[in-house]
Amino acid sequence: MTINQTMKMHKTAEYIMYVIMVIFAIFFLAPLYVMVVNSLKPLSEIRGGNMLALPVKASFDSWHKAWSQAQIGVQATGLKPYFFNSVKIVVPAVVMSTLMGSLGGLVLSKYTFKGGKLIFALVLFGCFIPFQTVLIPTARVLGFLNLAGTTSGLVLVHTVYGLGFTTLFFKSTYDTFPMEIVESAQVDGATFFDVFANIIIPNSSPVIVVSIIWQTTNIWNDFLFGVSFGDATSQPMTVALNNLVSSSTGVKEYNVHFAGAMMAALPTLMIYIISGRYFVRGLMSGSVKG
Amino acid sequence: MIINNKWRISKDDLTARFVLLPTIVLTLVFVYAFIIFTIIISFTNSKLMPTFSWVGIENYIRIFQLSHWHTALKNMLIFSVLYIGIATVLGLFLAILIDWSRSGEHIFRPIYLYPMAISFIVTGTAWKWFLDPGIGLEKIMHLWGFAEFSFNWIKNADRSIYTIVIAAIWQVTGYVMVIFLAGLRGINHATVESAVVDGANAWKLYTRIIIPQLGTSFTSVFVILGHMAIKSYDLVVALTNGGPGRASEMPSTFMYSYTFTRNQMGIGATSAVLMLAIFAIIIIPYIRNTVNKEGA
Repeated sequence: MTINQTMKMHKTAEYIMYVIMVIFAIFFLAPLYVMVVNSLKPLSEIRGGNMLALPVKASFDSWHKAWSQAQIGVQATGLKPYFFNSVKIVVPAVVMSTLMGSLGGLVLSKYTFKGGKLIFALVLFGCFIPFQTVLIPTARVLGFLNLAGTTSGLVLVHTVYGLGFTTLFFKSTYDTFPMEIVESAQVDGATFFDVFANIIIPNSSPVIVVSIIWQTTNIWNDFLFGVSFGDATSQPMTVALNNLVSSSTGVKEYNVHFAGAMMAALPTLMIYIISGRYFVRGLMSGSVKG
Repeated sequence: MIINNKWRISKDDLTARFVLLPTIVLTLVFVYAFIIFTIIISFTNSKLMPTFSWVGIENYIRIFQLSHWHTALKNMLIFSVLYIGIATVLGLFLAILIDWSRSGEHIFRPIYLYPMAISFIVTGTAWKWFLDPGIGLEKIMHLWGFAEFSFNWIKNADRSIYTIVIAAIWQVTGYVMVIFLAGLRGINHATVESAVVDGANAWKLYTRIIIPQLGTSFTSVFVILGHMAIKSYDLVVALTNGGPGRASEMPSTFMYSYTFTRNQMGIGATSAVLMLAIFAIIIIPYIRNTVNKEGA
């Protein structure tokens, strides 16, 4: 039931409501619009004209420049290598944290043992902490493991600090699974991994999608770990974008900055457009339990 | 629905414990041992590298004598109050509108929520140039004929913190809306119907009947926004980089600059511990609630 089934709204009120909703839609869409139109303009048009105006001579020149020529840090490599660094970090970290989260979530959900609740609480606390509290020792440990300044080091960090969320996602899903489907398999002598692979996983596709989308978005958008533990060969897209935009040398090429920002935003934006439903579910899993 | 009958771990089900072991070990090391390490460092005079020469609580005394830290705390307070307050009110307002509109949900909800999917660095970049007086809003207004219009908060030491608030609210309001929308859909509808039958107007209906039933949603929103406010770092770096000067410094940027660029790791660790303390006050009741509600 929704409110409009119980109460009738006055026509004028409804009209005003839609006007307000459209105004807010403009507010939320404006920065995206500004990024897109200005990334297509030559620099002279941005400096001389109105930021909200459509491009007179639209071209993808600044996209091309941001991708392969722009100065990032000391080298004029464009954002391309950093884009692929992000891919190299995101893919393994998402796979590992999702797999470990599903195993851990199953155990925490379907087995009773001493300290189970405490373990869950400890894992959950870990995914919310301000990461400033672990930056110093993490830097030391990555150095010790010879992983400082590598994408592998960032994969490790993102896997570990993503575990809290993935475990939470899977545990709350498995809490709603009936025991019978599992028990019958156990009677037939199936091992833990048989049950996991043949019964649990085939029934988990929605939560797997939620976990993959959540982790991909979070890791792709990470800045703090990337800037702390990456170097010129391993920094992710967000760090490269920030270097591009805040670089103080030379002319400020706003169009290139906007094109770069769009490149950093597009992968997660695409995921959101294609599977927003699962994105919302991920957001809600971390919130509705208060 | 929570199903309570669980498997008992028997001796031959050791696999289950074994499977959980990596998660436990990684969490204990990377979260708890690391936190303890940072706490220890906060009691030493570490500079560029961690050392273990004990100085007691000296760092905790010194940090409160630093004007940068005062600025950071003051900014965090301003930011948290405005960010939580405005995002909550706006998010609830938008949730109520969407709840009312028949077809609006499918169009407007995704538009209000999409900023949550993109990086703070992108948000910071977009707003940085939009708020830049030279090319952004101020210039737009001048071109439209409002020659007197001035908006240079991003360049103004007393105002730059508010530009971070604006961008942060733009990003998070959709999230707040989604939480409240779920809350609105979950209220006891019979109470609404009887209030309508009794002739309550819309204002009374919301303030007396509906909003009081959204307690859980309010808790979620406060906890989520509260801990995001403490942690916010990326947006500050991308939008103002703590400037002009150090005027929009936050505890997170303070921690980073003292630890990694000023080589005062002891002070950096101290600020991290203080951030953790504020964070724990917000999050621990919430975690306890979540774990207890999960059932035995």
